[in-house]
Amino acid sequence: MNIPPAYVLTLSGILFALGVIGVLIRRNAIVIFMSIELMLNSANLALISFARTLAPAQEAFRGHVFVFFVIAVAAAEVAVGLALIVAIFRSKESIDVDEVSSLRG
Amino acid sequence: MTIDLILFVGLALISIMAAIAMIVSRNAVYSVLFLVLNFLTVATLYLLLNAAFIAIVQITVYAGAIMVLFLFVIMLLGTERESIGGRIRWQIPLAIVLGLALAGELAFVLLRNDIAQGSLADLSVEFGSPASIGRVLFSEYLVPFEVTSILLLVAMIGAIVITQKQRREGK
Repeated sequence: MNIPPAYVLTLSGILFALGVIGVLIRRNAIVIFMSIELMLNSANLALISFARTLAPAQEAFRGHVFVFFVIAVAAAEVAVGLALIVAIFRSKESIDVDEVSSLRG
Repeated sequence: MTIDLILFVGLALISIMAAIAMIVSRNAVYSVLFLVLNFLTVATLYLLLNAAFIAIVQITVYAGAIMVLFLFVIMLLGTERESIGGRIRWQIPLAIVLGLALAGELAFVLLRNDIAQGSLADLSVEFGSPASIGRVLFSEYLVPFEVTSILLLVAMIGAIVITQKQRREGK
């Protein structure tokens, strides 16, 4: 593709901000979690865009390898996070983040 | 140039609209499906950016495995609907203003660096292919790769332990 990297980076910034807005306005823990995935994804998009811009150089592969690691860590994070959400649901009968306030003094 | 631009603008609009629909839809199942659409458009963008291997990993791991896990948990818990009311009054407008400010600053910072100003060179098919990624991954990044496998194992054990302990206490 032959479009300026600035366009892809702008898209990545917009998607990241949408993920932040999702975390701030939703109260369903699963949707908040999905917004975090959206942010990780937008960061990956920026990394791939940088790799494409640096391209013929050997360093450009590091962007791809980094994205690979981010995806692997995201998979681990989702497994543990969803297990935590299931555990919270068992004790609270709800995954509304406003309900999880037992630690508040 | 123009065909690329049309493709990019179309994909960008689809991904942004899918992200917005994911945030605003009241049913969590619809949110998951919109997020899958967003991941698929981003995977197509990866293909356009000469990252074939990452695009396929994105589809199989993200849009496939991770989102199925989300759907499974939503349907297991039966909590796809969000309760209405009880929200802080200024939460939504404040979140939107802060989010837009963040988007502006991100665009400014990302676009100001030197890499964003550069132009793209023509590439061979080799770039971003599984063989070339694998060569870097298993030589230069072998130790991080092995650490990642341990991380995945720990996460798997952790998920089992967290869900099991709770069940034993309930009985």
